[in-house]
Amino acid sequence: MTAVLFLAQRATASVLALAVVVHLATILYAVRGGLTAGEILGRTHGNVGFALFYGMFVAAVAIHAPIGLRNVLREWTPWRGRSLDIALALYFLLLLALGGRAVFAVFSA
Amino acid sequence: MIRASHKQRGFLAAILHRLSGIALAIFLPLHFLALASALNGAASLDRFLAITRQPLIAALEWGIVVALAIHMTLGLRVLLIEFFDFREKTLVPISVCLAAAFAVGFIFILNLG
Amino acid sequence: MTATDTMLAVDVWRGAESGSFQQFAIPRRAHQTVLDVVTEIQREHDGTLSYRFACRVGMCGSCAMVVNGRPRWTCRTRVSDVTDAGGMLRLEPLRNFTIVKDLAVDMTQFFDKWKDAKGYFEAGEQPAADFAVVAPATPERQAANAGIECIGCGVCYSACDVVAWDKDYLGPAALNRAWTLVNDVRDQAGDARLAAVSGTSGCQACHTHMSCTAFCPKAIAPTYSIAGLKRTVLRRGLRRIM
Repeated sequence: MTAVLFLAQRATASVLALAVVVHLATILYAVRGGLTAGEILGRTHGNVGFALFYGMFVAAVAIHAPIGLRNVLREWTPWRGRSLDIALALYFLLLLALGGRAVFAVFSA
Repeated sequence: MIRASHKQRGFLAAILHRLSGIALAIFLPLHFLALASALNGAASLDRFLAITRQPLIAALEWGIVVALAIHMTLGLRVLLIEFFDFREKTLVPISVCLAAAFAVGFIFILNLG
Repeated sequence: MTATDTMLAVDVWRGAESGSFQQFAIPRRAHQTVLDVVTEIQREHDGTLSYRFACRVGMCGSCAMVVNGRPRWTCRTRVSDVTDAGGMLRLEPLRNFTIVKDLAVDMTQFFDKWKDAKGYFEAGEQPAADFAVVAPATPERQAANAGIECIGCGVCYSACDVVAWDKDYLGPAALNRAWTLVNDVRDQAGDARLAAVSGTSGCQACHTHMSCTAFCPKAIAPTYSIAGLKRTVLRRGLRRIM
């Protein structure tokens, strides 16, 4: 991959390292005794700090995942070139859109 | 005959990192869609969460939690080698990564109850 | 043919990209190297077998081939180290190279990538006014020394999965050499070399499988040289942006 993609992937990796530790800790805590929508939404509703954190998380992963997938597809399949890059750009937009929507959903529900 | 380069610990780490990444990349859009069901109210999200209590789904959920932990710990190892000139001499770093990831998985199961 | 305590069963690749293994029965001898076996096959059994060697004492790297799945120097590989009582030996040409014939491969692309990575010393426009003073203990010289003993044998290139997956990947040897030159204070290539090693299939394509480091017969660690390039490229790039 190019130096720019490499930088983007490693930089978002550093961000995600922290975010994932927080997310895993949250998951382990939240699933105790079963998970209900009420419990989740009770914590996320109107919680600006939460929305900012997970908004940043979504942005970082939307950048990180497509770059990783690009390496996998270029190395393990014959697909490469412009069409691959466009497909992955669309995947980036998909993650950003769906992720943003999910953050909004639990913030406003 | 398995070629010698595929018996190296670095290759094992890279393959686990790559496969867990692929699993997460497939999982993420589904995860976002599931959470967005809250747009239709808490009951809608609850209906989805009920599905996740089925044994097969719960097992896959455990798999994704472990995949996330594996991807993170092995990713940290790569960052250490690339940016902190970490010289790996033994199996210990990879073992620690995998042990931590499976510990997370174990706690997950315990907490699911 | 089943091997015994006294006889080796040796499968040798014959042909080029398409071909097959031909089996030979070779007596086990004390202190035998794999190169001894190949030579005996070619001299006593089948004069049409093609293979390479030169120094036969572990200095030139010409005899590199894949022995029982692993790339190594046949002159420095004892048969007793790579076979058990079963006595099976499987000899193949180096992976990731175009096969010329049997166990001999075409090294052209390997050395072309060396050039593409600017793995050569750049003296610059003006000759230096005086001898360079390079203290051996400086971090740059130590980094260069750690990778300088490479003789271009191709074992690392053969072992590398990324080379197998991406035909354009420059490969561990070329990148390792570039790293030694990046650390050579006399060299004038500067940013041009960093640009050469950081393209689409440059140093960033390395996924730290570390087979190169595991198999290098000179105990060089291309993985860490490539990591050094990754860091240097980023630092230089970030400095340009800021």
